[in-house]
Amino acid sequence: MVSIKGQPNLLHLTLKIWRQDGPDDKGHFVDIDAPGIPTSASFLEMLDIINERLIGEGKDPVAFDHDCREGICGMCSLVINGVAHGPEKATTTCQLHMRSFKDGDTIHIEPFRAKAFPVIKDLAVDRSAFDSIIRGGGYISVRTGAAPEANNTPIPKPVADAAFDAAACIGCGACVAACKNASAMLFVAAKAGQLNSLPQGQAERTARSLGMVQAMDKAGFGNCTNQYECEAACPKEIDRSWITRLNRSYTAAFARKSLL
Amino acid sequence: MATEPDQMAAHSASQEIPMTMNSAIPEGPMAEKWTRHKMASKLINPKNKRKYKVIVVGSGLAGGSAAASLSELGYQVECFCYQDSPRRAHSIAAQGGINAAKNYQNDGDSVHRLFYDTVKGGDFRSREANVHRLAEVSVDIIDQCVAQGVPFAREYGGLLANRSFGGAQVSRTFYARGQTGQQLLLGAYSALCKEIEHGNVTMHPRTEMLDLVVVDGQAKGIICRNLKTGAITRHAADAVCLATGGYGNVFFLSTNAMGCNVMAAFRAHRRGALFSNPCYTQIHPTCIPRSGDYQSKLTLMSESLRNDGRVWVPKNKEDSQKAPGDIPEEDRDYYLERKYPSFGNLAPRDISSRAAKEVCDEGRGVGPEVGGVRQGVYLDFAEAINQFGQATIEERYGNLFEMYQRITGESPYELPMRIYPAVHYTMGGLWVDYNLMSNLPGLHVLGEANFSDHGANRLGASALMQGLADGYFVAPATLPNYLATQKPGSVTTDHAAFEEAEKAVTERLEKLLSIQGDRSVDSFHREVGLLCWDNCGMERTKEGLEDALAKIPKIREEFWSNVRVPKSGVSSFNPELEKAGRVADFIDFAELMCIDALHREESCGGHFRAEHQYTEEDQKDGLGEVGEAKRNDENFAYVAGWEHTGDPSHPRLHKENLEFEEVKLAVRSYK
Ligand SMILES: Cc1cc2nc3c(=O)[nH]c(=O)nc-3n(C[C@H](O)[C@H](O)[C@H](O)COP(=O)(O)OP(=O)(O)OC[C@H]3O[C@@H](n4cnc5c(N)ncnc54)[C@H](O)[C@@H]3O)c2cc1C
Ligand code: FES
Repeated sequence: MVSIKGQPNLLHLTLKIWRQDGPDDKGHFVDIDAPGIPTSASFLEMLDIINERLIGEGKDPVAFDHDCREGICGMCSLVINGVAHGPEKATTTCQLHMRSFKDGDTIHIEPFRAKAFPVIKDLAVDRSAFDSIIRGGGYISVRTGAAPEANNTPIPKPVADAAFDAAACIGCGACVAACKNASAMLFVAAKAGQLNSLPQGQAERTARSLGMVQAMDKAGFGNCTNQYECEAACPKEIDRSWITRLNRSYTAAFARKSLL
Repeated sequence: MATEPDQMAAHSASQEIPMTMNSAIPEGPMAEKWTRHKMASKLINPKNKRKYKVIVVGSGLAGGSAAASLSELGYQVECFCYQDSPRRAHSIAAQGGINAAKNYQNDGDSVHRLFYDTVKGGDFRSREANVHRLAEVSVDIIDQCVAQGVPFAREYGGLLANRSFGGAQVSRTFYARGQTGQQLLLGAYSALCKEIEHGNVTMHPRTEMLDLVVVDGQAKGIICRNLKTGAITRHAADAVCLATGGYGNVFFLSTNAMGCNVMAAFRAHRRGALFSNPCYTQIHPTCIPRSGDYQSKLTLMSESLRNDGRVWVPKNKEDSQKAPGDIPEEDRDYYLERKYPSFGNLAPRDISSRAAKEVCDEGRGVGPEVGGVRQGVYLDFAEAINQFGQATIEERYGNLFEMYQRITGESPYELPMRIYPAVHYTMGGLWVDYNLMSNLPGLHVLGEANFSDHGANRLGASALMQGLADGYFVAPATLPNYLATQKPGSVTTDHAAFEEAEKAVTERLEKLLSIQGDRSVDSFHREVGLLCWDNCGMERTKEGLEDALAKIPKIREEFWSNVRVPKSGVSSFNPELEKAGRVADFIDFAELMCIDALHREESCGGHFRAEHQYTEEDQKDGLGEVGEAKRNDENFAYVAGWEHTGDPSHPRLHKENLEFEEVKLAVRSYK
């Protein structure tokens, strides 16, 4: 906390940061001594400070992904002390602040690890596999200009609210990083669940459920074995019940398809 | 002098480009212009459409919706963004909502009223015909988004809900909790994904446009860098659309995402596109203040908080360091209530922003000292909590309080919030005509990147509307007017212009890497940003702007001789190199912005020149309220269009005069 005098409290930390030159490099942890870190800085601002120092020493800064720094774009990642997005509940790495740590702490910082998320450099990983899942059916096919008047189809508030709960997913990939099997089931279930629960989404429900799950398998994500580590890691608190719903839709869709 | 290597080269390419600002507004009554224009627009037969290729740079609301819609029509589209996925564009961060003249509330809204509010809100510095079209298509946007599955807020009867927003007396804002931008963008992104899979879009994520390629005076392609591999690539097309967002990050600190930049627009400007009204920037009064020099960005707190919070600072400088609870009631200055008794804490955005700056500059700001000043004022909920109870306040603002606590570590239930104004949106941008085409034929500009619809000030919930209007409805209808005049595929990437542009890009990158000076890229960004904030921010003066203009060339010179970009190479993932290119352009752009602000001898909307405000006398004469922006319609009712001359310190001014047929020019008053 900022002390009343307005002077930030400073931490002296030891960082163990994963450095990896490129996708083919083996990678290793590097120890960085990090004195003078203000508790009011965000975790990524702490890395900015470290990078500024590394640049000053003529060294290569640590590469990591980020953009909005408001917890909404899903671009930041990082496994912090073994936990995707770090220790605070429902908080992305960019919204995590250094006051969550103590003076003298050692902090392990690693990339999100999964076969489907190859490391680009250091802490930055390639999550384009998520786009391929959406391309598998995470949409409603409505041509621009062909939409009916919006209020022609009233949607009960509880249905709309539930769809929103699923739609809150920011596509960061923490669910994958947290899962032993590196499954993307929570991500798939959230997007499919949003569209499958709305009247507009019914026409493509079957194709969507099948298509997205198949795209997930194809992209190299693992199987879901109902451990629900994903739910615990999700910064937007997407509920595990969406997975149950997707399983139901998928089974029904699969059965329907084999009848055809 | 140390400057950028391709300075002159870029200019020579712009020689044949028309430097005229012909708005191409269609004939006819205001309410019929768009319909008539669509009827008169050229059509391309379906078989031919697929022979045309269009480049769309940007995948935010404007770019994502344009790419998807153009592909649906049958064109080949190549779409680019710098993030790892098109879903992450900065549009995702918009909170409040999107306007549309649906009149679902039966409260008297109409296309005309939305048009009127937007022209007036823009302080009479926008083009009426564009704004009217925006209001017309607003209703189609909502239909489109709902059909895509965007989960807008609904009433118990299942119909869409609305809320009201600043600058309007009707409820016309559609919203999805506090995440409207996210939901709209995910809608556009899903349409884009559908078209990547089944249509004609090729998506290039993590790819940054570094230059525009101009062939015989027309935009025919771009040069990019693959940010993952560092590879430089050429892309040719029959037309180019830029939807690359706003330039708020010229101030270093803003509410924009870290990567938001002016590079694409500025590169186009250097190739001949006119840059309009760069000095029109919007400041939001309620953001979380800086907590230290390491601060990387600022976070918006909804303005709705001012409905229940009371704004104050200590009366005496000496109390600035005290805990708020130790400052007795009689030593507090509720300055908004004191200075503007009729509005109090709800004084308009620009007035409350400037008032906060004033008390902090006097040394009465609160919170941590950053750069020698305490930049923060209290927004106190103690009285509201007493009056309505904590539960009610929690119900109203619970999620905002939580976000505030996450960032500052302080609970607004126990301590007053600290807030300070921050840069939030930029109204200026590349000049476009009614077809959204710049003076550089073939180059179209969409969304926040163009200057078009908001004049000198944007109303809340209107940027999302404009981005989607441009992308879903306007560009797909107007682009064929240009394409029909072109033979498809006539320029290929082996053209000499691509050669020249690629060479310039490569030389610039190599130059950036070769300097190996002492200062980080961020240190330059901070320096130029702070200078702009101090001299071209909330309040501008002739002296301040001249001071900034004297300093910027020195910053540029030092940048090009003393920046240090890690050597990991052009040909690899190198985020510092990305930043360096963006900051180099911000430095040049800062100069253009200050030149524009200096030349505009009036106050209007987001551009407040201290020399031009209403005085006590004026108020007595009924001309305007004390301290309000004083426009000069006689001399400045025009759009400024700046031409790059090769020397960034001496751009050439062109003008598009604005005519007001429907809305009478009047003082923007909200009394
Ligand atoms: C915190 C916040 C809250 C807001 N809330 C609201 C609100 O409630 N209502 C409202 O109407 N407006 C709001 N706004 C404004 C609104 O969000 C933006 O104006 C709007 O989303 C801009 O959309 P865009 O498509 O033009 O650009 P962006 O969404 O910024 O997209 C720009 C795109 O261009 C790409 N790009 C940029 N440069 C390059 C390059 N050189 N090469 C390749 N790609 C590039 C990016 O990758 C990105 O895809 C808010 C803004 C902020 C900052
Ligand atoms: S940087 Fe956008 S969610 Fe963290």
